[in-house]
Amino acid sequence: MKVGYFPGCSLHATAREFDESLRLVAADLDIELEEVRDWACCGATSAHATNRALSVALPTRTLVLAEKQKLGRVLCPCAACYNRLATARHILAHDKRMAARVQSILGHSFDNSVGVVSIAEMLSEVTAEIRMKAKVPLTNVKVACYYGCLLVRPPAVCGFDDAEAPSSLESIVSATGATPVKWNMALECCGGGFSLSRTASVVRLGRLILQAARDAGAQVMVVACPMCHSNLDFRQRAMKERGGLSESMPILFLSELVGLSLGLDPSRLGLSRHFVSPQPLLDRIGAPKPMPEHREQA
Amino acid sequence: MSRIGVFICHCGENIDRTVDCARVAQTSGELPGVVHSVDYKYMCSDPGQALIKQAIQEKRLDGVVVGACSPHMHEKTFRKAAAAAGLNPFLCEMANLREHCSWVHEDREQATRKAIDLARFMVEKIKFNRPLSTIFIPVERRALVIGAGIAGIQAALDIADGGREVVLVEKEPSIGGHMSQLSETFPTLDCSQCILTPRMVEVAQHPRIKLLTYSEVESVDGYIGNFQVKIRKKARSIDETKCNGCGECQKNCPNKKIPSEFDQGLGMRTAIYVPFPQAVPNIPVIDRTNCALFRGRAKGVKKVVCSKCAEVCGRKAIDFDQQDSFVTENVGAIIVATGYQLYSIGKEQDSETLRGYGEYGYGTIPDVIDGLQFERLASASGPTGGKILRPSDHKEPKTVVFLQCIGSRDPAKGIEYCSKICCMYVAKHTMLFHHKVHGGKAVVFYMDIRAGGKGYDEFVRRAIEESHALYLRGRVSRIYRNGDTIRVHGFDTLAGEPAVIDADMVVLATAMRAQPGIASLAQKLSVSYDQHGFLNEAHPKLRPVETNTAGVFVAGACQAPRDIPDSVAMASATASKVLGLFSKELLEREPLIARVDRVTCTGCFHCERVCPYGAIERKPLKDAKGRLIKIVAEVNQGVCQGCGTCQATCPSKSVELDGFTDEQIYAAVNAL
Amino acid sequence: MSTPHSSPSPATEPAAASAAPAVRSLLSEVQDVTGLDPARCYQCGKCSAGCPMAAEMELKTHEIIRLLQLDCRERLLTTESIWLCLTCETCTTRCPNEFDPAIVIDALREIALKERRDCVPRRIAAFHSAFLDQIRAHGRVFEFGLVASYKLRSGALFADVAAVPGMLARGKLALTPKRIEGIKEVRRIFRKCAPREEPR
Repeated sequence: MKVGYFPGCSLHATAREFDESLRLVAADLDIELEEVRDWACCGATSAHATNRALSVALPTRTLVLAEKQKLGRVLCPCAACYNRLATARHILAHDKRMAARVQSILGHSFDNSVGVVSIAEMLSEVTAEIRMKAKVPLTNVKVACYYGCLLVRPPAVCGFDDAEAPSSLESIVSATGATPVKWNMALECCGGGFSLSRTASVVRLGRLILQAARDAGAQVMVVACPMCHSNLDFRQRAMKERGGLSESMPILFLSELVGLSLGLDPSRLGLSRHFVSPQPLLDRIGAPKPMPEHREQA
Repeated sequence: MSRIGVFICHCGENIDRTVDCARVAQTSGELPGVVHSVDYKYMCSDPGQALIKQAIQEKRLDGVVVGACSPHMHEKTFRKAAAAAGLNPFLCEMANLREHCSWVHEDREQATRKAIDLARFMVEKIKFNRPLSTIFIPVERRALVIGAGIAGIQAALDIADGGREVVLVEKEPSIGGHMSQLSETFPTLDCSQCILTPRMVEVAQHPRIKLLTYSEVESVDGYIGNFQVKIRKKARSIDETKCNGCGECQKNCPNKKIPSEFDQGLGMRTAIYVPFPQAVPNIPVIDRTNCALFRGRAKGVKKVVCSKCAEVCGRKAIDFDQQDSFVTENVGAIIVATGYQLYSIGKEQDSETLRGYGEYGYGTIPDVIDGLQFERLASASGPTGGKILRPSDHKEPKTVVFLQCIGSRDPAKGIEYCSKICCMYVAKHTMLFHHKVHGGKAVVFYMDIRAGGKGYDEFVRRAIEESHALYLRGRVSRIYRNGDTIRVHGFDTLAGEPAVIDADMVVLATAMRAQPGIASLAQKLSVSYDQHGFLNEAHPKLRPVETNTAGVFVAGACQAPRDIPDSVAMASATASKVLGLFSKELLEREPLIARVDRVTCTGCFHCERVCPYGAIERKPLKDAKGRLIKIVAEVNQGVCQGCGTCQATCPSKSVELDGFTDEQIYAAVNAL
Repeated sequence: MSTPHSSPSPATEPAAASAAPAVRSLLSEVQDVTGLDPARCYQCGKCSAGCPMAAEMELKTHEIIRLLQLDCRERLLTTESIWLCLTCETCTTRCPNEFDPAIVIDALREIALKERRDCVPRRIAAFHSAFLDQIRAHGRVFEFGLVASYKLRSGALFADVAAVPGMLARGKLALTPKRIEGIKEVRRIFRKCAPREEPR
């Protein structure tokens, strides 16, 4: 199948491994990713927190480009980008005044027919293929599926999975052979864009999430958002310093875990880019090639 | 030529202040056919009425038009006066010069001209009035009560004590309803079963009450005074004439692990069971879905899988081949008292518009229970013998958190109304908990406290001041299992602080809803219901126990969320309506109903299709030899409400509303 | 009207037919932008109960909506609390009246930026400015440039500096930004979305 691709700003730098692993996994599962040409930033938090029109106009430009490329729907791996594009679609559909304003700003008419999907929705459609093609047994790997706050909420905007008791990530993780754990903080916010401007909040919130995953017996956490990944991976040392987290917990992008189960090369999947080393996990599953060493931050 | 009398009322100043009544009377007097026209200060008073009577007799009037207030007020008054003077009451009409004129206009000249028009309108109409006589319908003076909870029981007892027979139908194996499941009732903290069971026994023993349990209404035909109700008696698999209630069958049934409905899933029952020890009638029923013998039969197994109950029954009362049977009862009035069910927080709902509570676990957390389940825990005859114990590990919970408004006042989850009883029963629960669990702590998350009944607010204050329940004003965002406890993330809006509590048990005060299947029952009765399934009363203020279907009344929680005292009061009110209906052998009806001209009727039955009340019947017309000429429409005089829809629809103008014929209407309209 | 919460200025009086411009109602401004009526909120507190930042906010979520119902312009536009909202959508997902506190807070932020920039917390303002400047400059955000710009604006010069080598080694910091082709279109979007003079 073919789907439009909107990587978003962080997948080119701070979350490179998300992009790398996703492209490899997509190729392996016969999903053709066609990048939206000349896409611009979705505006993320800073646009919607300061300027409503800007927060709708920027994502709409991307959707207009996708429409020009005749893409029926666009995959947004970053949960925040996904939520911004989906929200823009929702506002265009329900706020006629804003829709007219954005149309005049962009100078284009737009029929709002291009859909947006998250990585959870995309991979949910191919769980059968994942199960069939799984080469590396991930049995006994206990995974905490962390949705974050924006992947399936609010339900009126996302329209996918259950906003309080979601299960799409668990289905995908189960298809890889790993065991998703039942835990309580799957939808709690990690602190989002406060990583730089209010780091203490991120440390406080992230610690609760990691603790809960640990208490539920998880060895690995799987995420679907570069911001969540950065907050939980890059900032994990600060959280451990606050106490209570004995061992490190590797934070994997969903595509990295799926890539591992498909037998893809861990270093090509970008696993060497993490701050919290996933080496313990790789050892446990007997991954094909050893990963290059990096100074473990933890 | 007509001899019409016109009487214009001043209504004190109500009409005269704006309308020149003398002028209206004078102008009306000049109309052809009017032989008498006066104005007077108060037509409805005795002297006013005397004027009318006198004029009828002296001037030999054949029609009377009273220009006064709304017919809703005094049409009956003036018609009675006319009848007393020897004039057919339906030759007396009113022109509304008050609500339609003086009360809604200010300009005296314009209002007076309008009043003159209104009077003329009626004068021209009345020239085509025909004398009509009251219609009498025989009444079957027996009542049917559907539902034998406290409301149905009360209604049945009141009617039976009033000297009339009652058929009481209950779909469960025993009567008693939800009240029989309760531990204590507010505000008295009476033991619920202690006050209920005497009534249940009275019902069972009453000579004028025919009790049909484990039965449901299958179909309803007829109309007020003359209903034929077909009732399905579901197969208990027990011969009721033989069973003596000894209970041996239950003791010996090998399947003891079926979740008990009466205990709201917290306890177990057997496949052959009596729902609770005080059940009326004390006759068991076999749950064919779970009974091994019947499951074997359903699979096609030839041999008898199990018949332990039949083997131990000393009276040979078990009948595995029993089938549902039907009885038809003729009754004159029907009372619906089907009660309520509680809202489920689960993901699966029985209505598209409802959503469960994912943030409270979708019903998957074992120690999160609802109000009725707490009642079963607290009840001495319940699964824990009256001890408050956690369903998961049967330990005594020290900290119990109660959440009010679960489902209620929550448009996002599909229900915007308030369920009325929850504030009271949660207060009651905290008091029971305080009494039973020493050192226990009860926390209540609420939005408002609705305690408007007699002694109700004082009751809630007792819960706070004497039982030391902690009341926090704020709704809970989320609850989840956290190790051995349940973490409750709430807020205290009065203190302005988050309130996070680790509870041993959580009780949800879930919304009161109408029973499942109520839509189908309502349709059988032609009773309307709202989007939530609650049955509609005829008028919310002044006719709260009647429905808009004549002869069908409503009592208790099936009409709206309601507590026991109000349900009982409502039930007695319906009984008084029914006894009033039954006070005469014949029902009197106003003859302002439709009538079909058989000669011109072509039998197209458009009228039947559009009649909202089902009042059109098909009548075959036969010649002297019995051969069919044609089938015509006929109006059932007991059901027709005189709405006129048929008259507007009939393509051959064969159906007319007596009192509002086309002739009358055209004459009046042309007069303007 | 004088309530315990209202500011000393006659901000809640309806505009008189005088020459002096009366202060517009914050409530009606927010209602206009969002299409939501704060009267729907019955102050149950479920939003505040689930808010991850409640512990750090002086004004909790439901209090912000309450003050909006009371049209307390001064209080709402100057509080730090509206800047702490993460837009995590927990309140929006759970509100029994299907109200949307997150979108209302966004609207308050937009108005606060225009009128009371002096009260926006420095580091948060710096971050948003730096972020949006990146988009205006390149069409996309380049973290290195973002962080550098943020540090200059916020004065938080030394935080996370130790992490830079680690980020570089992991290939997580792009050093050279790449401008998109349609940058003119992006800049036009920014121009057209820039806050306008409010009509009186």
